[in-house]
Amino acid sequence: MAQPYSDKVMDHFMHPRNVGEMENPDGVGKVGNPICGDIMEMYIKVKDNTIVDAKFKTFGCGAAIATSSMATELVKGKPIEEALKLTNKAVAEALGGLPAVKMHCSVLAEEAFKAAVNDYLIKTTGKGLPDFKPHDEPLTEHGH
Amino acid sequence: MKKIYLDNAATTPAHPDVVLAMQPYFSDKFGNPSSIHAFGQETRSAVEAAREKVARLIGSSVEEVVFTSGGTESDNFALEGVAFANEGKGKHIVTSKIEHHAVLECCEFLKKRGFEITYLPVDQYGLVDPQQVKKAITDQTILVSIMHANNEIGTVEPIAEIAKIVKEKGVYFHTDAVQTTGHLPIDVKELGVDLLSLSAHKFYGPKGVGALYIKKGAKLVSFLHGGGQERGRRASTENVPGIVGLGAACALAQVSKVAPLRDKLMQGILSRIPETRLNGHPTLRLPNNLNVSIKYVEGESLLLNLDLQGIAASTGSACTSGSLDPSHVLLAIGLPHEEAHGSLRFTLGQATTEEDIDYVLEALPPIVQKLRSMSPLYKGAK
Ligand code: FES
Repeated sequence: MAQPYSDKVMDHFMHPRNVGEMENPDGVGKVGNPICGDIMEMYIKVKDNTIVDAKFKTFGCGAAIATSSMATELVKGKPIEEALKLTNKAVAEALGGLPAVKMHCSVLAEEAFKAAVNDYLIKTTGKGLPDFKPHDEPLTEHGH
Repeated sequence: MKKIYLDNAATTPAHPDVVLAMQPYFSDKFGNPSSIHAFGQETRSAVEAAREKVARLIGSSVEEVVFTSGGTESDNFALEGVAFANEGKGKHIVTSKIEHHAVLECCEFLKKRGFEITYLPVDQYGLVDPQQVKKAITDQTILVSIMHANNEIGTVEPIAEIAKIVKEKGVYFHTDAVQTTGHLPIDVKELGVDLLSLSAHKFYGPKGVGALYIKKGAKLVSFLHGGGQERGRRASTENVPGIVGLGAACALAQVSKVAPLRDKLMQGILSRIPETRLNGHPTLRLPNNLNVSIKYVEGESLLLNLDLQGIAASTGSACTSGSLDPSHVLLAIGLPHEEAHGSLRFTLGQATTEEDIDYVLEALPPIVQKLRSMSPLYKGAK
């Protein structure tokens, strides 16, 4: 069998880390992929400005599930400021790379996390991330 | 691990007898059929014997069969051939929204060359309404192209009925029969078409070869320009082994008997997995085709999981299409985006067994459950 994905991607796809909903999350991010129309939700718990827990739910392809899983792994335990430096490229790299047509899926993971932090900041400080603009087109209206 | 191939609409394995028939024509019998010497005459008669087999399968005369490189070329040949030979009469073509890309993209190409295209909608089952065809035809219409059966959802179109209407209007009628040839009985006279596309590798023949039936008297421009092969319709030295393989596949073709197994798979999936639906027509469908939508999950994820268990299927999900758009067919029958996303197509073949079906019915429900538990769209469980 020849999958288009690396072993690492397949590992995170078949055994996703941190999947599921979270009781009383401090921040929730919901984003839709404007390219293929898939969606992702991320939940975070924050203590002393640090991401102490992260979970996700994803409706999407193998790359979308694997990047969500990896993104939650990468932000967990990090101070918010540092975790915000997470880029989609870094997520893809941590997975041993993604096929070119699947890079857009990793954007979803980055944005879902940022949306969750944004939600947390709004709830706690009344002000969100300075230049945060997530894609959140509903599934049925995507076009490109 | 078990390996179960349920993607026969994508391609089928060549039948061993087909391969055997082709073998001598690579090295032993290699002559150019256009040559006058014995080497050439040997392959010429092989090509003509194959043509007879194709003609017999589809009920045409031998002169009406032109060999091509496959389904896409046959479709392109039919559309462009008629369009460019008849543009003096009019520049309007009628087709449907659920045609294969080989027809749709060809129409888009012709549109850029000044042709006007009408894309007819289909109903919720994927059926084209013959009355709508009638209404769409104008005095500018030169060609109607409607597929015999849809490759994704399996719906079989009322071709004979449409043909009657088209004929009354004096317009050419093409049908893409790539999914039906070798599986359903085909008779070009009963169907009443002027042009019909078929492809060998969809019914246990080799890849890279097909044919276009061109009714006697039909005006088409040549598809390839060069030598006088195929009575000047299509230049290029004949793909002799391929053509022999196509002929052999035609001679071996049997009406598909897999409908009972398909029905078992269908009932199994629809009854064991909640919130699933059948796509396409419940009865007017290809005997080997099953297309279902599984709500709240995405098709590529389903395929990867199935593949890891040795099961090969396909999906209309946007995530697996090069363009990242969901299947145009599923959208045309009115499926919302997320249900097109979660579609699975199983296409059975001669080799499919009851054990294969049982295996899939065991493997699929846990996969769906696992993916649904990860899906933000699924509120049924936490
Ligand atoms: S989420 Fe659709 S292609 Fe990855």
